[in-house]
Amino acid sequence: MPVLRSVLDLIGNTPLVEVSALSPKPAVRILAKLEGQNPGGSVKDRIALSMIEDAERRGLLTPGATLIEASSGNTGIGMAIVCRMRGYRLKTVLPRNVSIERRQLLEVWHAEIIDSPANEGSNGAVRVAQELASAHPEWTFLYQYGNPANPRAHYEGTGPEIWRDCPEITHFVAGLGTSGTLLGVGRFLKEANPQVQVWAVEPPAGETVEGLRNLDAGYIPPIFLEGGGEGLLDRKTVVGPRDSIEWTRRLADLGVFAGISSGAALAGAIKCANAIEQGTIVFMCSDGGWKYLSTGAWTGGLDEVVERARRTVYF
Amino acid sequence: MPDVNLPNLLRQHAGGQRSVSVEGATIGEILEALQGEYPGMAGQLVTADGELHKFVNVYLNDDDVRYMDKLDTEVHAGDTISILPAVAGGDE
Repeated sequence: MPVLRSVLDLIGNTPLVEVSALSPKPAVRILAKLEGQNPGGSVKDRIALSMIEDAERRGLLTPGATLIEASSGNTGIGMAIVCRMRGYRLKTVLPRNVSIERRQLLEVWHAEIIDSPANEGSNGAVRVAQELASAHPEWTFLYQYGNPANPRAHYEGTGPEIWRDCPEITHFVAGLGTSGTLLGVGRFLKEANPQVQVWAVEPPAGETVEGLRNLDAGYIPPIFLEGGGEGLLDRKTVVGPRDSIEWTRRLADLGVFAGISSGAALAGAIKCANAIEQGTIVFMCSDGGWKYLSTGAWTGGLDEVVERARRTVYF
Repeated sequence: MPDVNLPNLLRQHAGGQRSVSVEGATIGEILEALQGEYPGMAGQLVTADGELHKFVNVYLNDDDVRYMDKLDTEVHAGDTISILPAVAGGDE
């Protein structure tokens, strides 16, 4: 392996690992794309670099610039690394109820944390970041939910990697979140083979929805609307915390130490496997398990862990 | 009759009930019946053009009906329907 210029060269080119031992059908293969291998530990390193380099090319970032971002953690961590290396300051708006490790990691790279209300979930983080960004025009808000450089990182990186390593793919399953992964990978794969099906997985909205005052305060990421998300997805399914944690534990049985949203994506992949006769399903393991150790996800009694997960943002 | 779980926002229009039962063979029929029975919901679920409201997600069991047959999605005995507002997801 050649010597790398910096850890940023480690972003992307993540491996696909066979986890077909978990498949309910012998003719359905299931492969995990291990995004925890990225230097900041999640798929979000890809878009952090992509959005910051795009902003630099467009002259939006002067030396020492301050950036603000709404994140449930991973995007903030990826951006914190790049910002620290490039001499930018980062303020990240985070729902108060994310795991302690997400906060600790942000602090490693000197990101400033601004809390948003727990009961508003990521909706609240977006709202607070938008308010702060308009009050501070001197800060740069790259806005992952509305930045085309987010899906582009997956259209140019993640999608081609999957196609290169597994051209026999029939189904792609990933968490919805900002929708960047599904839009970018989904579009690339469908252009390569229109038969590929794209499935989205999301956690139950739970508390977040209770914090909403009226329907018009609803939210759809601008990149989803602009990227034709509704026409691209073939299925969208909710996976609850119990299934997510159970499948996260099954992954660990195969040696794959992944985060809780990876268990949710795997649960979606299993549902997909049950619905088809044969095929090859690739699902995203968006991050490693490290940031969730404090939740006791692998060791505690399931009921107790599920209850804790309900109160924590794990997507 | 299938059970329909209501979000907090819509419960006020249904006397505070978390879940109601209405007749209908498709999602569209069920939403129409809901809007008929609980006038406070009129126009909040299905628009005047007969489309699902942009910020409303309807799930049949666990699947979003927008990616099934939309309002024509068939509903069977024992199914559970959940109506939820669209909100921002996390970082995936």
